[in-house]
Amino acid sequence: MTDVSQENGPYFGSYGGRYFPEALIPALDEIEETWRKSQVDPEFTEQLLDLQLNYIGRPSLLTEATRFSAHCGGARIFLKREDLNHTGSHKINNALGQALLAKRMGKTRVIAETGAGQHGVATATAAALLDMECEVYMGEEDTQRQALNVARMRLLGAKVNAVSNGTRTLKDAMNEAMRDWVANVADTHYIIGTVAGPHPFPAMVRSFQNVIGVEAREQIRNAAGRLPDAVCACVGGGSNAMGIFAAFLADAEVKVYGFEAGGEGIESGRHAARFSGGRPGVLHGSATYILQDEDGQTRGSHSISAGLDYPSVGPEHSHLHDTGRVIYEPVVDEEAMEAMRLLSRTEGIIPAIESAHALAGAMRVGQSLGSDAVILVNLSGRGDKDMTTAAKWFDYIDEGAVQE
Amino acid sequence: MTTSGRRTGTTLDAVDEAGRSAALIGYLPVGFPSVDGSIEAMVELVKSGVDIVEVGMPYSDPGMDGPVIQHAAERGLEAGVRTKDVLTAVSAIAEAGGTAVVMSYWNLVLQYGVSAFARDLDSAGGSGIITPDLIPDEAAEWTQASDDYDLDRIFLAAPSSTPERLSTIVGASRGFVYAASTMGVTGVRSEVDNHARDLVSRLKDAGAQRACVGLGVSTREQAAEVAEYADGVIVGSALVRALDSDGVPGISALASELAEGCA
Repeated sequence: MTDVSQENGPYFGSYGGRYFPEALIPALDEIEETWRKSQVDPEFTEQLLDLQLNYIGRPSLLTEATRFSAHCGGARIFLKREDLNHTGSHKINNALGQALLAKRMGKTRVIAETGAGQHGVATATAAALLDMECEVYMGEEDTQRQALNVARMRLLGAKVNAVSNGTRTLKDAMNEAMRDWVANVADTHYIIGTVAGPHPFPAMVRSFQNVIGVEAREQIRNAAGRLPDAVCACVGGGSNAMGIFAAFLADAEVKVYGFEAGGEGIESGRHAARFSGGRPGVLHGSATYILQDEDGQTRGSHSISAGLDYPSVGPEHSHLHDTGRVIYEPVVDEEAMEAMRLLSRTEGIIPAIESAHALAGAMRVGQSLGSDAVILVNLSGRGDKDMTTAAKWFDYIDEGAVQE
Repeated sequence: MTTSGRRTGTTLDAVDEAGRSAALIGYLPVGFPSVDGSIEAMVELVKSGVDIVEVGMPYSDPGMDGPVIQHAAERGLEAGVRTKDVLTAVSAIAEAGGTAVVMSYWNLVLQYGVSAFARDLDSAGGSGIITPDLIPDEAAEWTQASDDYDLDRIFLAAPSSTPERLSTIVGASRGFVYAASTMGVTGVRSEVDNHARDLVSRLKDAGAQRACVGLGVSTREQAAEVAEYADGVIVGSALVRALDSDGVPGISALASELAEGCA
């Protein structure tokens, strides 16, 4: 088996590429060159390592979920605790890496798209730390369901723009960020938050998220004495997933699972499961699986989780899907919310709804592999931002109660 | 065997031979305000002195377009416009004696089938495709299909393009090169950037036979200014806005005015 983690684009099989306006191609070339040089520059790697240790709080813990295990067929479940990172998710790994690159390129301003708001918060944080101007684009629907993250970004000094075009979610925020970028590329770097977009973003973002899998591989060997039987992650754009998958792709004995948002079910049409309900096309700069109608117009996606509510997916995932190395399955809203509730009650850990999709998937995988299995789950973020959604779903708010 | 429609190079050369300063290229999206309404407006453009009609296909994620064209695209999609409607518009323009070129984001052509689209565009009398999100580096399939049907491949060049990239773009293009006058999305601008003049001259240095300038042109004065150095003046958002506010008479008046700027 080829070690696909060594594939650095622009293509992953027949996916990836740069389906992007000519005006931005020179910027993509500059980013690629700066990124490649930084990878072998000790000054850059030391700077990033220092931030990982002393700012993000890496390495993140590996926690065995012994009580949650009972809901996973008795399999041993290990959680990679990206929820404990500064700002509460894996997104900071990439945002800081790219912000450092932006500095190296002499940019004074960064922009970002965000769905759940975690990438927006991470980018606003990096911008504050590195003294850069920051502007974040967020779908209007998401600014409402993730209002707390909007306030966090503003407190950090970022300007947040609610995007009211199209479906008013992540894909439209990305369109708007692209329009900003083409007009302001001279002083602005666009920090794409996931392993999507034109080359070199998919490979570059993976390189900044790689640290998740590299740490987890060593940690689980120490904790379980061997490699896991399965690795599970949720897949929106797919950066937390690529981050943990990459270190295990060369190990043929490790099964790898990506869980997409099944929303209200594939048959309902209201979902964000690109591999179950989409087909290959081109969107946002790369060739990949997309939710689209017969003509190729992008279809709206749906998920209770804003971070997975995206009609496209990183191109490397499309390649891993077609080669069969990674198995992608949908997890519906209801399963994810049940997994969120279960982890909270059995382990005292409130996961992000995104990460709850991976947990629901691990329950499925554990039940099929049985109690001898060792399963590694990427707990990509914490659930604080999701309290409004969860309180509504579980009916936890007392009637008439208003938070002043 | 159908007769192929006129290619953009032929039209641009005819404008040049007639001693005019530049060709006028007008953009409208099919399906706005309705499929029939947009076709009527496009035919009116031909009658009002537009040399090449750029037929836009509304797309759900128009990352290169400003608010005016975004809004028109959304309205078109809400009304149920389909990719095949582009071909109906192209036929109508060709029948009215105009030259028609399609402008489409790449996924729509890809999903139709690149070769099938080239075949059907040629039979409809279209000249080729302008591809705002397809660069020559990714265009192998389109290069083959456009060679098979002798269609125009109109790639974009930008003020940020390096000399190496300009030479790749010029080498890959047929018909003309679309020079984006500014770093930004489509839309009406009070001034057309100085970048445009420089870009056209760099394109000519790189060997371009014909370069047409788009992004930001909305008045006769701007058209006349661009016509001094470009082979064609491309107008989009201003026409869409005129159609939206004043209907077919509105675009007829604006097109005639712009045509005077290209006289």
